Amino acid sequence: MIWLLVAIQVVSQTIGEVFRAAGMRQHGEIRDFRPGALGRAVGAIARNKWIIGSFCAMAVAFFSFMKLVAIAPVSFAVPVSAATLIPETILARVMLRERVDWRRWTGISLIAAGVYFIA
Amino acid sequence: MPATSAIQFHTPRDNEALKAKTRLFAVIVVLTNVAGNAALTKGMQQIGDPGNSPLSLVRALFHPWVAAGVALLIGWTASHMALLSWADLSYVLPVTSIAYVLTALAGRLFLNETVSLKRWAGILLVTAGVTLVGLASPASTVKESPR
Repeated sequence: MIWLLVAIQVVSQTIGEVFRAAGMRQHGEIRDFRPGALGRAVGAIARNKWIIGSFCAMAVAFFSFMKLVAIAPVSFAVPVSAATLIPETILARVMLRERVDWRRWTGISLIAAGVYFIA
Repeated sequence: MPATSAIQFHTPRDNEALKAKTRLFAVIVVLTNVAGNAALTKGMQQIGDPGNSPLSLVRALFHPWVAAGVALLIGWTASHMALLSWADLSYVLPVTSIAYVLTALAGRLFLNETVSLKRWAGILLVTAGVTLVGLASPASTVKESPR
């Protein structure tokens, strides 16, 4: 049961965060943080299909995390979500066409190794 | 699916402002994430296994600690989305991973959990990775403005 929840969380969180990044990139940089401008930005973002998809995937990730922390120690539940780091970076490179240089790959690898030790 | 992205032109002054804005939002993302997860965990541990009914999971949302966790995680979602509007996902992911270190340290400080040598080694590796990525530019599409 625990590993099924981990699998659901990792897949849905990966999809959710990549879709979120795609939607926010499509929207463009938020520069104006005054309430009116923020309200307009929220309105535009809420209609973005990538963001809508992202919210659906993140809802699945959230409820599987809720269930996971109820039955597994938090020192396991939180670090195990770092399993999304490598697939998300690959998708950022392939889907979002980000330039992932050696510095980012090395950083991600160090973090993935570090999280393995912490867990 | 290459998400369409307009190349944004920034002056050196804009770049400094962008870096400051990125640091501020990265701190908000990390703090709301750590505090939200901690509150959610505390609430769910008090409730216990909610079973497999979706309704019981929805009912759990009204527990005070779970509700506080959800409120903080809404703050995390909003700040994470704002950060992703100008920074690359492959930058945001590693930089905000310092949350794993803070979660381990919070366990040491507030829950009296022991941090073994292996965990300290992990903390060192994560910190090194975050520092390495954090020193670079947050967006690979940002260009200096032609003058």
